[in-house]
Amino acid sequence: MKSLAELATLREQMKASMNMRQEDRDKIRVVVGMATCGIAAGARPVLGAFVDEIAKRNLNNITVTQTGCIGICKYEPVVEVYVPGQEKVTYVKMTAEKAMRVVAEHLVNNQVVSELTIGAAQAE
Amino acid sequence: MMPELSLNILDVAQNSVTAGASLIQISILGDTGSDRLTIRIEDNGCGMTEEQLQRVTDPFFTSRKTRKVGLGIPFFKMAAELTGGSFHMDSRVGAGTSTTAVFGLSSIDRMPLGNIADTMSALIGPNPDIDFLLTMEQDSRGFIMDTRAFREVLGPEIPLSEPQVLNYIEDYIRENTESCGIKI
Repeated sequence: MKSLAELATLREQMKASMNMRQEDRDKIRVVVGMATCGIAAGARPVLGAFVDEIAKRNLNNITVTQTGCIGICKYEPVVEVYVPGQEKVTYVKMTAEKAMRVVAEHLVNNQVVSELTIGAAQAE
Repeated sequence: MMPELSLNILDVAQNSVTAGASLIQISILGDTGSDRLTIRIEDNGCGMTEEQLQRVTDPFFTSRKTRKVGLGIPFFKMAAELTGGSFHMDSRVGAGTSTTAVFGLSSIDRMPLGNIADTMSALIGPNPDIDFLLTMEQDSRGFIMDTRAFREVLGPEIPLSEPQVLNYIEDYIRENTESCGIKI
């Protein structure tokens, strides 16, 4: 059985790196739509993939958060990426695999994955 | 429709988040003797008026402005009733809301619980300031997951939304589910 002692060990490991965190206003925000439409379309594994991939790459300038339905249910799962100082990018029909691409290409290398955006989906 | 009950739980608990709850309690109780699975989601959020409560199971009612349908609660109700179970909601303005769905545990039409660890992580991660209490039990064997206990260990510097903490919480739920022999 997992114990709280393990969490205490984790806390000690994490304390050192916590001091180097950036201020919230400088952070990139990844917002996943988690209303009924989003969840039914598969938002939970998308959110999980963002959290896991960001943890694996040790990216501590990104927060993953959620929103409700933004009214484009047919494009769910929808993910919005806010990079400070840049225009918002809306990714649609997301999957866990696409989330990993967005982390690598957009969040790490600052290249918007155009083919996964709402603009590309509407042009089809 | 949702393929797993844990997705319904995630969806219904999102309503509690929107309602401004500071504590959301989720209990999942399986009982082989009575062949019942009872899932309850309880919050201390803003609650609903009598009129809202009357209409909340109507798919064409929602408090949202972006669209005209609200399917979350009707889905959960239907999932329970399909298994010969029942559904009930209580709410009071300013006090909170509780949603209870009872399922036929062995009913062929009952969806599996699915990945409750991922559901809790998807709730806690984006809402690190809300406390969650998960109680899981089958035939009187079970465990609780209380974010207030985690918070006490972590102290004020480390939020529950840290990916390593979320991984710990997922493992905590998975390992305890297994060691308590819960198969729902």
